[in-house]
Amino acid sequence: MVEKRLNDSGLSLIISKILRWGVTTAIIMTLFGGVIFLIHHANEKVSFTHFVENDESIKNILKDTWQGLFVFRARSYIMMGILLLFATPLVRVIFSLIGFIIEKDKMYVLITLIVLVIIFISLSGGLH
Amino acid sequence: MSVLLFTLILLGGAITAGLVGSLTGLGGGVIIIPLLTIVLGIDIHYAIGTALVSVIATSTGSAAAYVREGITNIRLGMLLEIATTAGAVFGAYLAVYLNPNFIAVLFGLVLIFSALNSLNKKSEYLLDKSDKLAHKLKLDSTFPSKEGKVSYGVKNVTGGFGMMALAGILSALLGIGSGALKVVAMDNIMKVPFKVSTTTSNFMMGVTAMASVVIYLQRGYVKPDIAMPVLIGVLVGAIAGSKILLKANTKKLRLFFAVIILFMAVNMIYNGFKLKF
Repeated sequence: MVEKRLNDSGLSLIISKILRWGVTTAIIMTLFGGVIFLIHHANEKVSFTHFVENDESIKNILKDTWQGLFVFRARSYIMMGILLLFATPLVRVIFSLIGFIIEKDKMYVLITLIVLVIIFISLSGGLH
Repeated sequence: MSVLLFTLILLGGAITAGLVGSLTGLGGGVIIIPLLTIVLGIDIHYAIGTALVSVIATSTGSAAAYVREGITNIRLGMLLEIATTAGAVFGAYLAVYLNPNFIAVLFGLVLIFSALNSLNKKSEYLLDKSDKLAHKLKLDSTFPSKEGKVSYGVKNVTGGFGMMALAGILSALLGIGSGALKVVAMDNIMKVPFKVSTTTSNFMMGVTAMASVVIYLQRGYVKPDIAMPVLIGVLVGAIAGSKILLKANTKKLRLFFAVIILFMAVNMIYNGFKLKF
């Protein structure tokens, strides 16, 4: 049985590159934000002993973060790094989907779509 | 505590977590959570959000290498991700209704299980034929070895799928990768070769953690101030760990950290019963 499989196709290489790029950009963004953050806040007191529940949509978080980048808000750069890190596995799944479509593997196109649907359910799920 | 000191302690802890994670396969979350809650006194909700960030960081960082080498079974990973992501979303919703002290005790128990599991001698399975369902799902594959490509089969997909759903729920509830459970599902139930199961489990962790952490992000569990040193430290530690992996005596290292983790587990359970969370 010699079947063209994702494991030996160029797609493995692409997926591996996506993961690497995602991690690299995330770490650079976070490091940059971290340096600005420490310059401004190094001597402040830390207090995370009590949890305050939020209810913000992912849309608002993205908007806030994006706007913060233009005014060099340290926390926005850190958040951008975190969001880039979160996006990396998602991009990986999307590229796998493209790979399965190219291979005309209907069963795995369906399986990958199910995973994507579950992720989008979680993206739309704040507290309501 | 000042922001600077807090950041430095977390950075050091995260580097250790990344190092230990890549050397022993214990995963970063099991170290990050006790460090944040017990040592630094941070609320367990923030600890879980932060630990999930570290899980995605380690998973993504090391998966890049394994996928390229062709050890990871991408089809198997994708199929089981249905179970882990669905479990993770369910777990993230469940977390709201659970008492933090209950979560701490559960965390301690899973910690004990993971530590003991990391000490167990791994049995190596190599099925030459898949069962019917696994074959239909095209799960049989090959992995590279010194003697060339080794082909293997997979069995009991339904059993493994169920165990993976549980792994997903625990991952979301506790902020861990639940690598130990994933390996149980793939090794003991589905009889996947060890090399394939560890890399595939690692490959899946990123997506699984991501499915729950975006829910937590919207609820305010993920704080940039805490996540910043953790994200950087864990990645630095994981990369350093993969470089020294070949030289290190992982057996002694595993034993050393298993003891530390058992100690932390007892601490979490004790504090949970005393309602300290």
